[in-house]
Amino acid sequence: MADIRSLRDAVADLVHDGDTVAMEGFTHLIPYAAAHEVIRQGITDLTLARMTPDVIYDQLIGAGLVRKLVFSWGGNPGVGSLHRFRDAVENGWPRPLELDEHSHAGMANRYVAGASKLPFAVLRGYRGSDIPTRTDTVSTVVCPFTGEELAAVAALNPDVTVIHAQQADRAGNVQMWGLTGVQKEAALAADRVLVTVEEIVEELTPRPGGIVLPTWVIDAVSVVPGGAHPSYATGYSTRDNDFYQAWDPIARDREAFLTWIEDNVRNSDVRDSNVRNSEGALTR
Amino acid sequence: MTATPAGTTDYNYTSDELMEVNAARALTDATTCFVGIGLPSTAANLARATVNPGLVLLYESGTIGSKPTRLPLSIGDGELAETADAVVPVPEMFNYWLQGGRIDVGFLGAAQVDRYANINTTVVDRGPDKPEGRLPGAGGAPEIASNCGKVLMVLRHSTRNFVERLDFVTTLGHGGGPGDRKKLGMPGAGPTAVITDLGILRPDPATAELVLTEVHPDVTVERVRAATGWELTVADTVGTTEPPTPQELAALRALKAAGKPGKETR
Repeated sequence: MADIRSLRDAVADLVHDGDTVAMEGFTHLIPYAAAHEVIRQGITDLTLARMTPDVIYDQLIGAGLVRKLVFSWGGNPGVGSLHRFRDAVENGWPRPLELDEHSHAGMANRYVAGASKLPFAVLRGYRGSDIPTRTDTVSTVVCPFTGEELAAVAALNPDVTVIHAQQADRAGNVQMWGLTGVQKEAALAADRVLVTVEEIVEELTPRPGGIVLPTWVIDAVSVVPGGAHPSYATGYSTRDNDFYQAWDPIARDREAFLTWIEDNVRNSDVRDSNVRNSEGALTR
Repeated sequence: MTATPAGTTDYNYTSDELMEVNAARALTDATTCFVGIGLPSTAANLARATVNPGLVLLYESGTIGSKPTRLPLSIGDGELAETADAVVPVPEMFNYWLQGGRIDVGFLGAAQVDRYANINTTVVDRGPDKPEGRLPGAGGAPEIASNCGKVLMVLRHSTRNFVERLDFVTTLGHGGGPGDRKKLGMPGAGPTAVITDLGILRPDPATAELVLTEVHPDVTVERVRAATGWELTVADTVGTTEPPTPQELAALRALKAAGKPGKETR
């Protein structure tokens, strides 16, 4: 059963040094506020998993908290490179970053296997690609029925999955809708689950295509309005495209990055940073 | 964007616009298109606005039948979901719709491409004593290129992008020649056209090697050769693409001008 508790306590309780953590979100509903709390608490030596590591993973990597990245596409969507990610991979700054690299189809299936509690998943994938030379979590299996050789990808079972959603009820049942990405699979694959939500409602309204994660598969729910900013929450906010573009010059420069993290994450509390962020401000 | 222009017509257009319009025209007969962000997305949305209003656009974020009125900044742009016929989870998109063989055309960009239309979006070799240069990675491309009926590619033409040898094969095009895809059991036909700001290249059916078949107005074959990192094969007769029509240009510029969504509002 999910406890409804403060973000600070939930992160301290559920996310530990050395954990494999998935903070999923396919552009939509990315759990920025929770990741910022991880930075504030200095939780380190993390293995981060995500199909599309974007700006928030750039911030965690640049803050020196990440040992390894499991991913399939690392960029600032619609803008360009992730400069902190590149600096870590190319120059080992602020620390070397180990990579476990996949295609999207492979990553999605790794979560499916994880959620299904199977050791691996099969797909027609990676054919003719050099990617399998960069990871030991892709192999092949022969179909016992047809003899076809297929790609096998190892299950991905994070220690903790952190996602953002629109609503929870008082019992801690969570509902999300819009682009729901791979969040359900990532949550069900994990040992521990933290969900930040826009608000608590008396009763969840059924929505076409909506996903309900029942309280008994979640450990903690924290109410963090605007907790996905600069990403967005359908029904509550729109994507702050200006922020994604503004991030590029900040992340290009190590000093500018460190200053930004100090000012906007380390020296602000959750409420502070969300109030300011919801106004889209980059400067104090 | 500065206009490098062009034209024998009484209106101006840029080389990027030539590329985008021709990329859209390549979708005239398509039913369904799995769309990459950036230039492919521009082309696919322009196709809906011009040559193929019924084209079904699928984005890897899970949207099927998106009908945006502006160019999305990312594959997870809210408007793609709001205007879609259906929104499905990401594993379903890759397993049921893509791997299920339900999509005609995959439309991809690339950082590097070789003469067999193989793609690198993973790493580039920056030479001795320098670290390997990091690109975003594979994303959906390896399986898009494998499982769609055919693949179109769009990218700007330079010796930096069109290389003799890929530093890394992220996504297989035609491998090392005809038959390579089949040997690997890849269901789709692979790349059928590479559209650039200089012209159009298509694989020779006999060798699978990309051949220059068309140049854009006012582009010479020599210029394309000089922008290609291998000894480019040129078709016996090289055609010239049609300049954009005023309608196509207007539609393209309207899509771009429609701009981005406002700031966060409740």
